[in-house]
Amino acid sequence: MDVALLIALFLASAVRMAVPLLLGTLGESLTERAGNLNLGVEGLMMMGAATGFIAAYHTDNIALAVLAGMLGSGFGSLLYAILTITFRTKQDVTGLALTIFGSGFANTLGKTLANTNTPEGIRTFAQATPLKLPESTASIPGIGPVLAFIDTAFLQHNWFVYLTFIAAFAGWFYLFRTRQGLHLRMIGENPAAADASGIRVIGAKYAHVVVGGILCGLGGVYISVINVGTYLENIVAGRGWIVVALVIFIRWDPLKAIAGSLLFGALEIVGFRIQHIEALSGLPIFSQYAIDMYPYLMTIIVLILTYARKKAYLGPAGLGVPYFREDR
Amino acid sequence: MNFRKIMTVILALVLVVGVFAGCAQSSVTTAAAAETTAAAAETTAAAAAEKIKVGVIYISPKNDGGWSQAHATGFANAVAAVGADKIDLKEIENINDADAQQTETALNQLVADGCQLIFATSFNYMDVVEKVALENPEIKFEHCSGYKSADNFANYFGQIEQPRYLSGIVAGRMTKTNTIGYVAAMPIPEVYRGLNAFTLGVRSVNPDAIVKVTWTNTWFNPQLEKEAAISLIDSGADVLAQHQDSTATQQAAQEKGVYGIGYDNPMYSEAIKDAYLTAPVWNWGAYYQTRLQGMVDGTWATGSYWGGMNEGVIALDAMTALVPADVQTEVNGLIDTMKAKGNDFVFAGPIKDNTGKERVAAGTSLPAADQFSMDWYVEGVVVAE
Repeated sequence: MDVALLIALFLASAVRMAVPLLLGTLGESLTERAGNLNLGVEGLMMMGAATGFIAAYHTDNIALAVLAGMLGSGFGSLLYAILTITFRTKQDVTGLALTIFGSGFANTLGKTLANTNTPEGIRTFAQATPLKLPESTASIPGIGPVLAFIDTAFLQHNWFVYLTFIAAFAGWFYLFRTRQGLHLRMIGENPAAADASGIRVIGAKYAHVVVGGILCGLGGVYISVINVGTYLENIVAGRGWIVVALVIFIRWDPLKAIAGSLLFGALEIVGFRIQHIEALSGLPIFSQYAIDMYPYLMTIIVLILTYARKKAYLGPAGLGVPYFREDR
Repeated sequence: MNFRKIMTVILALVLVVGVFAGCAQSSVTTAAAAETTAAAAETTAAAAAEKIKVGVIYISPKNDGGWSQAHATGFANAVAAVGADKIDLKEIENINDADAQQTETALNQLVADGCQLIFATSFNYMDVVEKVALENPEIKFEHCSGYKSADNFANYFGQIEQPRYLSGIVAGRMTKTNTIGYVAAMPIPEVYRGLNAFTLGVRSVNPDAIVKVTWTNTWFNPQLEKEAAISLIDSGADVLAQHQDSTATQQAAQEKGVYGIGYDNPMYSEAIKDAYLTAPVWNWGAYYQTRLQGMVDGTWATGSYWGGMNEGVIALDAMTALVPADVQTEVNGLIDTMKAKGNDFVFAGPIKDNTGKERVAAGTSLPAADQFSMDWYVEGVVVAE
């Protein structure tokens, strides 16, 4: 098979793997920009995966499935928000508790539906390729092969995938080009200063933590409802933890999140393809064990490089610090 | 302030309940089972014959659609066959086999519940089962897929290679591109054995076909399994087989319009109706029935069981209508031979490995010990090219 086609198919696979990572990373970036470190991403993704799948199974309606996934993960992140913002519990511990809570919640709810499939309508949505180019474009002289490559790699996905990438652009615009985004960044850096300038810190924290959690939950919806089409216990399989590393890797920037999640998604699957290329498969650096390690290794390298640079952004200064209004 | 304290307590409780909802599910089932047993015991106190309590621990939920479901179905069938009035089954799900402490706690709970025979259904339970068996010499233990045993500690497994070989024949007949994909979990002898048996089956009817294998290095990661399957389809495979427990491989086959061969349980469902051909399946009920009956009759004895198709502990799932009648006849025609000769038939020489070296001479078969330590590919398996 020709190399260009193989690369295009590999990229298409990377895009599918990137979607849950990107949604989780967007959600966690938003949460951390509000000064809250939420280690419960895995639990939130599980909650979204379970509640979304239950609605998908019973209604065969993609909109209701997405809505249910949002409600499920929104509930989880609201619990986290109440605990860490109003009661100012330790954020890391609360996040870890949320991971365990979310898994238990999802496994309990999803138990009866484990190993069932999504119904026809949802499967049709998941397999639809609305932006696919017509076959005839491939034979246009000159640019035909290029179009075919782009089509195979990036234009044979469903709406959920495209909306995820649009959400990343929207997230960047919100964070860096709107007043509310500016306020959010201020809250993350210095909530007291933000409060003094008239920003409603508590309300904004609540809103962003909950919306952030909902985005994580949508990552779970993608895995169970759209991509695999089956609910199984622990179907998220640790991607929530990759997200926590990825947020640091992309420096809390939604645009970089697109590149970062594509890179981490590609790393998850590159091993399969390399196994079949003799020249590469024997090299120890391409063993599956090594490849499984690279996302974390790269995160560490990025951390070291950023700390070494004088003017680098080290993340929201107020991250992890509970805000006591009375303490000003 | 008071309100705040109350809310904190309530939320903390919610989280705690959530935590227990996850891990305590198993104990809830057992507790409920215990309650019903107690109730039943009261009402049927007249029926003097006391039920024999049998415990089981599973690595995953009973309805995981894969490994544990095959065992749970087996127990349900065995209890029904031996008599629900004779056996009281106590099951604990979700015991992580990498967590020795959790495993030991679960086993001790079953001991405390009065179980006289306890089954542990995942490989990594082995050392903990051995320890608990030594501590409780009056209680009998059985461990699936391991190699340790004692006077009160048996091990058992099935020769899934036999239906794998048969499913290989189906794949060899169905492929048009002469490229078959195999999604494999972990590079351990059990998986090599299955892959090689499958490939020998393929090549017995289609010497031109190759079996491309992709290692996922995970027992459970459905999204990843699905992408592994798609990578095989992308590289030309038009029939997929799997040594993974989830149906993700079959779903990839359905979406991409190729055929799929499952594993563990009959996997047919509406969602994979255009892909699913058949599957090598576990039928543990056949073994469990004899063991439970042995407890009832007082004839249980330790041992190492490795049953084949002749004992019914493994089988090939009924082939779907996608498999042409002549292929079905061909495969079914081999079942008697398979039952008679077992793995000697599957691994009968001459067998070369994929570097061309002869591993099994003509007229002989691969000894069982070599099957247990298999770490090479037979001719026809393609890893890299």
